[in-house]
Amino acid sequence: MFVINCPYCGERDQQEFKAGGEAHIERPKQPTELSDDEWAEYLFMRKNIKGVQYERWNHAHGCRKWFNMIRDTSNDEIKAIYKMGEKPPSI
Amino acid sequence: MRNKYSVFSLIKNALSYHENWQRAWKDPTPKKEYDAVIVGGGGHGLATAYYLAKKHNMKNIAVVEKGWIGGGNTGRNTTIIRSNYLWDASAGLYDHALKIWEGLSQELNYNVMFSQRGVMNLAHNLQDVRDLKRRTHANRLNGIDAVYLSTEEVKKFCPIINTSQDIRYPVLGGTLQRRAGTARHDAVAWGYARGADEMGVDIIQNCEVKGIKRNGDSVEGIETTKGFIKTKKIGVVAAGHSSVIANMAGIRLPLESKPLQALVSEPVKPIIDTVVMSNAVHAYVSQSDKGELVIGAGTDDYVSYTQKGSHQIVEGTLNAILELYPIFSRMRMLRQWGGIVDICPDASPILSKTSIKGLYFNCGWGTGGFKATPGSGDLFAHTIANDEPHKLNAAFNLNRFVSGDLVDEHGAAAVAH
Repeated sequence: MFVINCPYCGERDQQEFKAGGEAHIERPKQPTELSDDEWAEYLFMRKNIKGVQYERWNHAHGCRKWFNMIRDTSNDEIKAIYKMGEKPPSI
Repeated sequence: MRNKYSVFSLIKNALSYHENWQRAWKDPTPKKEYDAVIVGGGGHGLATAYYLAKKHNMKNIAVVEKGWIGGGNTGRNTTIIRSNYLWDASAGLYDHALKIWEGLSQELNYNVMFSQRGVMNLAHNLQDVRDLKRRTHANRLNGIDAVYLSTEEVKKFCPIINTSQDIRYPVLGGTLQRRAGTARHDAVAWGYARGADEMGVDIIQNCEVKGIKRNGDSVEGIETTKGFIKTKKIGVVAAGHSSVIANMAGIRLPLESKPLQALVSEPVKPIIDTVVMSNAVHAYVSQSDKGELVIGAGTDDYVSYTQKGSHQIVEGTLNAILELYPIFSRMRMLRQWGGIVDICPDASPILSKTSIKGLYFNCGWGTGGFKATPGSGDLFAHTIANDEPHKLNAAFNLNRFVSGDLVDEHGAAAVAH
């Protein structure tokens, strides 16, 4: 349980948010060209990092906007928050 | 030769103030090379080593554990055992485990306190009723004992449940598996450790894996905090940390590791003699032999390795518990804790070979791995020894995420994952 600084609303309790999993997984540009292995990679395989991870969050009980977060999953410390479409800041 | 535990050994040791009990397992230093190394000394890992030695005659093997054995999810779960899963593959897997549980204390000469007190799953809305009836029928077709209960029968089986139709989520019925129940989780780890150790398995505690050495497409050994160990077969049974080990080997798994919480109350006199689970409101409760209520909460939705979850998850579970069991309203909770569970997209486990020769994974048990401990160990040992899955775990391969042949037990598994 922690506090998240929503880029649109400011600091709110984590329970207002919904975690959206790993960030920057790009949808295949040519889905019809993909092999089954590549589909499996895209759909299911995750880094699931113990340490600094890039992830998506949604302010579900607030502005309902999506944004990105860099968070250390070994201690839940939030390193950076940035909007969708923005380049991740260096940390 | 290990001394057998019996009432006579208990009396004999009582006379010497219990100061002369034999060690249950040794504390060896790792050898340079093993025929197989199991990474992870929880129930599943120790069971794997036990069956490798017992059924596949592989005695030159080791279990490496970064902490102490049984200190991870084996020591953190709510000890529920059942096999009333919907799909055929799951029914086969979990009932295989349940059948081993039924004779496990005798086999291990270690009392795992397996108690077939029954597990009841409640229905709170019409869809629950349909789902649970469907699952009951599926279970019976698979030879698994299951009955559907009316609200009155639920009340009769567990009188403290509030079956008033005025509550927010009234009890409309339920299912009962009488062969299901609970076991003493620590004893399972210790019993398997003692059994494996007796057959020559080295159980190496405080030994963390730091790297996996590969030679092209096969494994050569593991780097640990106690040095390099050479081996041609590595069975990874690391639960929440499976992805960490997979990253060392350079492969990815379809897992997300999330905190799952549980809590226990102060001990009270016997009040609930079964296990009651409720999917819709996410509340499940049983009573330990010490008298504590054992309550399982849900997972948080974000990846975390912190072994602590969010307060609102516990609060939500307790709200549901209080509505279903008003009698508990003045109970005090003694302890709360979290464990890290590795969840698969289809809420079914992976017991599988990988693209790397000699590297095997037993993971993805998510929120419900304890119940499968003996079966998981047995089938994973078979997979490692033969380099081929047993027919009961063939469906639980890693390739199902490529083929699309998933075993979707979300919700169908009787409790939300």
